[in-house]
Amino acid sequence: MKTVKMLSRQKLPSQFTCWVGALVCAIAVAGCKHQTQSVQESAGAGGGIHPYGAMLEADDGQWVRATKDYANTRYSTLDQINSNNVASLKVAWTFDTGTKHGLEAAPIVANNTMYIATPWPNRMFALDLTKPGGPLKWSYDPNPSRSAKGEACCDWVNRGAVFSDGKVFFNTLDDYTVALDANTGRQLWKTRLGDIANGETITMAPMVVRNKVYVGVSGGEFGVRGWLTALNTTDGSIAWKAYSTGPDKDVLIGDRFKPFYDGDKGTDLGVKSWPPDAWRIGGGTVWGFLAYDPSSNLIYYGTANPGPWNPEVRPGLNKWTAGVFARDADTGQAVWFYQMSPHDLYDWDGINENILLNLPWQGSTRKVLVRADRNGYMYLIDRTNGQVLSATPYVYITTSTGVDLKTGELKHVLDKAPKTGQEVRNVCPPAPGAKDWQPSSFSPKTGLVYVPHQNLCMDVQTGEANYIAGTPYVGASERYYAGPGGNEGELMAWDPIAGKKVWTVPDKFPIWSGTVATAGDLVFYGTLDGWFRAADARTGKTLWQFKTGSGIVGQPITYRGPDGKQYVAILSGVGGWPGAIVNSNLDTRDDTAANGWGIAMHDLKSATQAGGTLYVFSLP
Amino acid sequence: MYSLFLRLALLSVIAVPAIANAMPLRICADPDNLPFSNRAEQGFDNRIGILIAHKLGREPEFVWARSRRGFMREQFNKGACDLLMGVPEGLRAVATSRPYYRSSYVFVARKRDELHIARFDDPHLEGRRIGLQILEEDYAPPSLPLIRNGHAAQLVGFDTFGARSADIVHAVADRRVGVAVVWGPLAGYVAARDHLPVTLTAVSPQVDSSGVPFTYDIAIAVHKKDNALRNAINHAIDQSDAQIRAILARYHIPITADEKEAR
Repeated sequence: MKTVKMLSRQKLPSQFTCWVGALVCAIAVAGCKHQTQSVQESAGAGGGIHPYGAMLEADDGQWVRATKDYANTRYSTLDQINSNNVASLKVAWTFDTGTKHGLEAAPIVANNTMYIATPWPNRMFALDLTKPGGPLKWSYDPNPSRSAKGEACCDWVNRGAVFSDGKVFFNTLDDYTVALDANTGRQLWKTRLGDIANGETITMAPMVVRNKVYVGVSGGEFGVRGWLTALNTTDGSIAWKAYSTGPDKDVLIGDRFKPFYDGDKGTDLGVKSWPPDAWRIGGGTVWGFLAYDPSSNLIYYGTANPGPWNPEVRPGLNKWTAGVFARDADTGQAVWFYQMSPHDLYDWDGINENILLNLPWQGSTRKVLVRADRNGYMYLIDRTNGQVLSATPYVYITTSTGVDLKTGELKHVLDKAPKTGQEVRNVCPPAPGAKDWQPSSFSPKTGLVYVPHQNLCMDVQTGEANYIAGTPYVGASERYYAGPGGNEGELMAWDPIAGKKVWTVPDKFPIWSGTVATAGDLVFYGTLDGWFRAADARTGKTLWQFKTGSGIVGQPITYRGPDGKQYVAILSGVGGWPGAIVNSNLDTRDDTAANGWGIAMHDLKSATQAGGTLYVFSLP
Repeated sequence: MYSLFLRLALLSVIAVPAIANAMPLRICADPDNLPFSNRAEQGFDNRIGILIAHKLGREPEFVWARSRRGFMREQFNKGACDLLMGVPEGLRAVATSRPYYRSSYVFVARKRDELHIARFDDPHLEGRRIGLQILEEDYAPPSLPLIRNGHAAQLVGFDTFGARSADIVHAVADRRVGVAVVWGPLAGYVAARDHLPVTLTAVSPQVDSSGVPFTYDIAIAVHKKDNALRNAINHAIDQSDAQIRAILARYHIPITADEKEAR
């Protein structure tokens, strides 16, 4: 999970400190031909708008799961609010969640009710949408363990609930999946899935297909062995559990497993691609969004980075971390796997979302998944067999020179590999990657993918003394700073067929919120300093914006209320990995605060305050 | 915790008139991390903390906090307590007292094997599984020379915290690993408490060629601007030297002589 990252929180010796990150970055590149040659410039503009030719899932005006539909498009057919009238969008009502930690959840709308899952202490609120102002219908308090807070790497977040068949399902930081009666909030069942004493936590939004709810583990990456499990929605019993490392029987690799690339073929690679027993603590957690293709009955999800962070201690390709699995939704049996970052060097979780589309590709229509990966490449992968059709840089990259389409391998730049006792500068993208968990959206009207992401680089070096409860040690430290252009974040409209950008909107800070695309030709997103915006889906132009009370790291949604009106909702509450600078009041003079975010976030504390409010907007 | 705080504060007013006006000295400590500390106040840092508090004429008040990820920002820097035991001298973002002990990582081996390994280039490390503690998401510092010497594939990670922290020492005794490198205080305490047939040998040299130390001066942390408390603690440590050493000896904490003194 980002999980995390490993690098500890020490400061570098001051002589190595580079306060003007972008400047240092520019000098480093200009001053070294060798590096210049290995830089991958991101794909330029020149993409086009092509209305989507295939069908999307029917839209009932609700928002029953974080990803909106199984294909993860986060597209709404509602167009009452559109590019012509959005300028008059107003706050309809608000709701204070009472929390001050990162609000990453998507509000869930179903059953004329809105369901809000909060960060630890993981309360669930049900708001009655049939009445003015969305009064509280019921709330549920799972009373999670206090100690879970200490295990979560990157703030105490929760990415939301899921509604299915009269039930609401969500996860708690201390490793329970809870099923509630959606009308009354009565607990139907509660299943313990992990052990916080092992560093396991759960932050992801669960997904339901028919009678199974899927849940994966997060947590301190070292010592955690990643898994995805399927629970029966009726009673919370466990149907199957698929680990991300270890012997084939634990990974649910059997006769159906047909990976595309030779490197993924063989027996027990989840053991053999590690030093002895290292797979037992090898990471590969599962905390992103799942996608589902009803035509093949396959689920798709990414696995996080391998542990421990220091790649020198885990020689091998570290299967099945930092990759994408396709599995049978009923049995969990693996069908294919592709590894974006074999033997990951940078803490690049592979958990980013997969958007399932059917796109024209070299004369025929291919069933693909589109993913903007941590490593800086936009992948087009044939979702029936795991073949990479294209992998195009969408940010400035110094760490690799491309993806070999014959072998599927990421071509690393050896100079940029972290080395014990050395400083490595201008590592782009850095540990949080070119894009973290914040989900993209897709509009069939424009055929574009709307990607919220970072534009960051980092310097890495061993640091000074630190300790954990009596045991001292020296770790490495990271410092993040803006990449070329000086903006740390960007909203990008990407043409997945041409493999080019159509437009971009730079932002001072990383854009850590999700996006939503609507039939009103709008893209909604939020910024770390609290602006909630509607961009023109065709040009990126800001057509409307509203300053919320705190930074936005959540997932916008839109729905049709019981009164027939269209509403847009977002949770405002800064936090998450970079936002912890604000809600934990970290010292930004310490460049490595919040695992390296200190420098990049110098101004964020003055730009916004911790908060925890739901905002719902509508036309007057 | 707050009610406990109030109770202790009241108790100190009623029962200890001599220090009735002093606020309790709030000491952040892990509730489950022997030999350092636990909720029953059985750790050596509990004992030394109590000793220091009394030297300052104040009642100790333990604030239980698992000092893991986020502890410094979530607890200590928000003023949850006045001091923190057991930090390396010079730790950033806090002020540290003079050290109250100095210890090192140690090689733990079975007595019967008669290995006497002290260095990371010792040929006896070849082919043996080597246990190491896990800190945050990484191995403890001895992983660096072990990897450099080609032993990466032999490393086996063990938990550093809670009920299973002793497992790394037991793993040597049980032959689950051939040897382990462990922070000295934990190794010394576990080996003695559980009567394990193992030997402890301090890692040598004390500093790795990359500059990473294996020997640490351990101090008490106070808030950065709290010079008065730091000075008082320094004075208390000076005055309590013999008592501190006695406590450490009871827990079988290996003490490393300062290299300068050793010469």
